[in-house]
Amino acid sequence: MTEAPVRLQKIAKRYGAVTALESVDLTIEPGEFMALAGHNGAGKTTLFKIILGLVRPSSGTVGVFGAPPHSKRAVGLRSAIGFLPENVTFAGNLTGIELLRYYARLKRVPLGQCTDLLDQVGLGDAVRRRVKTYSKGMRQRLGLAQMLLGEPKLLVLDEPTSGLDPDARRQFRSLLEERRRAGATILLSSHALAEFEEAADRITFLRDGRMVACGTIDELRRASALPVRIRVKAGPDAHAALAQAVGDMAELRPINGQSVELSCAADKHVAILRRVGELEAVDTVEVRPPHLEDIYAHYRGPDAGDSHGAGGSRP
Amino acid sequence: MNAVFTIAAREIREGVRNRWVLATTLVLAALALTLAFLGSTPAGTVKASALAVTVVSLSSLSIFLLPLIAMILTFDGIAGEAERGTLLLLLSYPVARWQIVLGKFLGHTAILAFATLVGYGATGLVVGLSQDGGGGWAPYLAMVGSSILLGAAFAAIGTLVSALARERAVAGGLGIGLWLFFVIVFDMALLGILAADTNQTIGPATVPWLLMLNPADIYRFFNLASFGDVSTFAGLAGLSESVRIAPPAMLGALVVWIVAPLGLAALAFQRRSL
Repeated sequence: MTEAPVRLQKIAKRYGAVTALESVDLTIEPGEFMALAGHNGAGKTTLFKIILGLVRPSSGTVGVFGAPPHSKRAVGLRSAIGFLPENVTFAGNLTGIELLRYYARLKRVPLGQCTDLLDQVGLGDAVRRRVKTYSKGMRQRLGLAQMLLGEPKLLVLDEPTSGLDPDARRQFRSLLEERRRAGATILLSSHALAEFEEAADRITFLRDGRMVACGTIDELRRASALPVRIRVKAGPDAHAALAQAVGDMAELRPINGQSVELSCAADKHVAILRRVGELEAVDTVEVRPPHLEDIYAHYRGPDAGDSHGAGGSRP
Repeated sequence: MNAVFTIAAREIREGVRNRWVLATTLVLAALALTLAFLGSTPAGTVKASALAVTVVSLSSLSIFLLPLIAMILTFDGIAGEAERGTLLLLLSYPVARWQIVLGKFLGHTAILAFATLVGYGATGLVVGLSQDGGGGWAPYLAMVGSSILLGAAFAAIGTLVSALARERAVAGGLGIGLWLFFVIVFDMALLGILAADTNQTIGPATVPWLLMLNPADIYRFFNLASFGDVSTFAGLAGLSESVRIAPPAMLGALVVWIVAPLGLAALAFQRRSL
């Protein structure tokens, strides 16, 4: 397990005049959960295709478990990879179990796994129904089941939770967590960033084919320098005292008659809390660090383009 | 090789499940039986066996029907999976691209072969046994066999179309266009060229070789001109003596028409960017 599951070096991909990816360097360590975020067309799917060996990069080197994924040798390595594409529509007259067995045969996985997997993803009652009668959510569950065939060491998921109801999303996250405890490496792209804020070890932001940020949530918070927001509920007469206590460490903004929002730099917020806590009139205090969504908005923001030289596009 | 059979088996299962196999078999059987009984009336006067008559009429109709069925069966194979997003998934499996092409082709051809064998075979038995076909068995069996090859050739062409086209609709249009070309346009064009040429540059000996450029014509030529009994009835006895392409060579040409498009399909699919 010394080889990184995914190692990308200076990857670029151009389709004619269109640049889909530009100088992407990304290494995913064994057992790591990497979330990938970016607007539509930022290059997420292209990145996945390169990792899966479906597309060759225009330049740069790719290693998946130490081998270039489009080489002959890598065809065998694909058994160790589980993939869930975006917008996959299983159709036709085969039943759920028949289709899963088909994929199990292609992956040379014992067919006995199929029933268990369908139970795990919550399709247990529908295994004998034809796939074309499945709802969108059920098809997505079937996609999950095929991805998990053979307990792959690397899971690649493109927008996995689209089309799932909240219940199914929770179930999906626990399935993923289970695989991760078993040592699987996970690479996932999602628009619903909040869902993976806690689960992901690192997050990579793509914008117009370039990596604009990559790191743990804490690193990204620090790098983005977004303020921590503290919402203090206190009577209107306490506002002056609040302003005095905080001094110039934070900006004050009255929300309504009852509350004030303080924005401050991340490293100041504990000091501020200490002072606010001493005030008699304060009812409740609510701390809201920048969420992944905020950081994402910061990196994709229209003004953020210049510093990364990728301008000229609209989301 | 395992993956090839897995993919072929899935196509066959899908064909059985959506009643394609049943429908095709019934259509071919109904057609063959109708022609056999309609066509048996003149048999007595021309002294041709009932089976030989059936070969002439049935092969003439198979030329239209089998390629059409083969095209409809195959055009969706790769283009459809690309459109539904399952092709991307399939390619992320430990499967080589040529295996997908070959597996789809084998599955579809197996469906066609089964339908032809059962549909025409049943008719052959009924006609041959009830009306004392007497000696007509060889041409009839040859027709059934070459019908399977004809179906396979167009299944290979359809697979090529499916591997080339970016969309399902384009694949469908292209498939029907090619069917029209090989089954109708080619002969008319050839006839027009020969009429205009009036034997100046294209001699009678060249014509049969030109026919080898079209799998449908190879099939027609093979079935109507190879066996004396049949060619008499088909009015082609004189033709078959003036030209010499041995029947095995014609079958070989048909096989080329299977292998070449299939190889091209594998090549095109290998180069296809996703």
